Amino acid sequence: MLDRRQFSFAAGLGLVAPSAFAQFRVEISGVGATQLPIAIARFRNDDQGGSSPSAVIRADLERSGAFKIVDSAGNLDETTAPNMAEWRSRAADALVGGSVSRLADGRYDLRFKLWDVVKGSDLGGQSAAVDAAELRLAAHRIADFVYEKLTGDKGVFSNRIAYVTKAGPRYTLRVADADGENGQVALNSGQPIISPAWSPNGKELAYVSFERQKAVVFVHNVATGERRAIADFRGSNSAPAWSPDGQHLAVTLSRDGGSQLFVIGKNGESPRRLASSAAIDTEAEFSADGRWLYFTSDRGGGPQIYRMPASGGNAERVTFGGNYNISPTVSPDGRTLAYVTRAGNAFRLSVLDLSSGGAQPVAITDSSDDEHPSFAPNGRLLIYATKAQGRSVLMTSTLDGKIKARLPSQTADLREPVWGPYGR
Amino acid sequence: MKTIHRTLLTAIAAAALAACSSVKLDDAAPVESRTGSAVVAGNTGAANGGAATSQTRVASVDVSNTNATTLSSLPRVVYFDYDSYVVKDEFRPVIEANAKALSSNQTKHMAVEGHTDDRGSSEYNLALGQRRAESVVKSLTLLGAAPAQLEAVSFGKERPAVQGEGEAAYAKNRRAELASR
Repeated sequence: MLDRRQFSFAAGLGLVAPSAFAQFRVEISGVGATQLPIAIARFRNDDQGGSSPSAVIRADLERSGAFKIVDSAGNLDETTAPNMAEWRSRAADALVGGSVSRLADGRYDLRFKLWDVVKGSDLGGQSAAVDAAELRLAAHRIADFVYEKLTGDKGVFSNRIAYVTKAGPRYTLRVADADGENGQVALNSGQPIISPAWSPNGKELAYVSFERQKAVVFVHNVATGERRAIADFRGSNSAPAWSPDGQHLAVTLSRDGGSQLFVIGKNGESPRRLASSAAIDTEAEFSADGRWLYFTSDRGGGPQIYRMPASGGNAERVTFGGNYNISPTVSPDGRTLAYVTRAGNAFRLSVLDLSSGGAQPVAITDSSDDEHPSFAPNGRLLIYATKAQGRSVLMTSTLDGKIKARLPSQTADLREPVWGPYGR
Repeated sequence: MKTIHRTLLTAIAAAALAACSSVKLDDAAPVESRTGSAVVAGNTGAANGGAATSQTRVASVDVSNTNATTLSSLPRVVYFDYDSYVVKDEFRPVIEANAKALSSNQTKHMAVEGHTDDRGSSEYNLALGQRRAESVVKSLTLLGAAPAQLEAVSFGKERPAVQGEGEAAYAKNRRAELASR
């Protein structure tokens, strides 16, 4: 295990570093970002499989906010002994090299090695034989390996994300790699789709579809396309959130009047009302330990975030800053709440430290139409939707807001993003 | 005569809907493959009115035409003030006309669809639209419609009447629409 203190951290980055390779536009703002300088050399035969693994790894690590990418010229494969003195002179503390080779069966052998430049030591490597279509995924797995080796936290780049696109009258629920690439269609509809939520095992998506001319909650197996309506009661059925054990979902139902929180089995069995209020209660999310439900309620006048025991009971208010706070999401360690706050006419992504009482919320964007934040499962990044040049786009951000990246999109509006769990 | 005409249209609509509902969503083949699969949930006829596939074309066209005809005689939109779900006096004629139509024909059903402007989250707006729809349903039942004839639903901010930003657009989107079901 590498001690991260062995690396000299680059601090005081105050400029926007244009990303030479990525399909992302990564914005770096502010000072004091703690980033480890790393070089990802071009792999031998990098483009042979049609996608450049080294570019994918570079973009992932840059977007994570934990690394500063050091320029590297030329190729470097995993069998070469790098000239450490030269890499030290380029101020790289870590280095990745690798290769792509076409195998006799048509697959590709992707290999890499990670070095600690400061100590001049080998930190390990791997090889994987994959189809051309899976080269990007294999590259994301390398990024996860490097991220975990050097930061101690699990990487989230081989996880999937889900989001909804709107193009003209068509709504499409898509599942893509965490960088927004390789998107695949899970559901096409002529009616709106909102609020996708990954099951804890990453196999199913719950969401709200309006295909029956009203809001109905479905659960959808991503691999098979099998789907079932789990909440189709009189009125509106919405805001699904999985319990951590994957057996239940919290949903908002209006069947008894008003928008109220219920818990329901994953196949729609035994709906049970969790609370009774004369107000709107919605947008529930379980804490990762399953103890709490965070939700939005306007019981105090304007919408604020509250929490209550997951089995129901007394609610306590969580947000106090401002008069409009919605769309809560809780970090996996339960220490950080992210949500959208309205200040004037701007809807901004904010974070609140839950671990210390009386902490002040911090707005981490300067955009004005932020929506639907979702934590990466390692708790280090958020994905959310916002508007740019009149279109809805997806962004990732570090929790301090200093490193942001916009996911690629062509012409559609992208909305309602949610980061999938480990495993796929 | 007019009643007969309307009944006939309703029957045609029902037949078209029945034909339509026989087209299972799953018929669009959730094909399993390693690269994912697609389920087409659109073109369910009724209010869709968009490009239809050969499977649904006839039913879709018939239903939307029929709906337009049956609704034409009744005002069907109630507008709301910002952050409000109070049915304003100026929309009392809309409520009265529809309540009368419902109470004079107990077999008639309506959905009241609440809508909001596009600021804020999908889910919170869905709840705000639901509140507007329920407010209209309450007004209709106070004037003689039976609760079982009505369903309050919401589209939140997902189906704006007009696109664009600014108060003029927002005001046209803060509404409840009454639709025959």
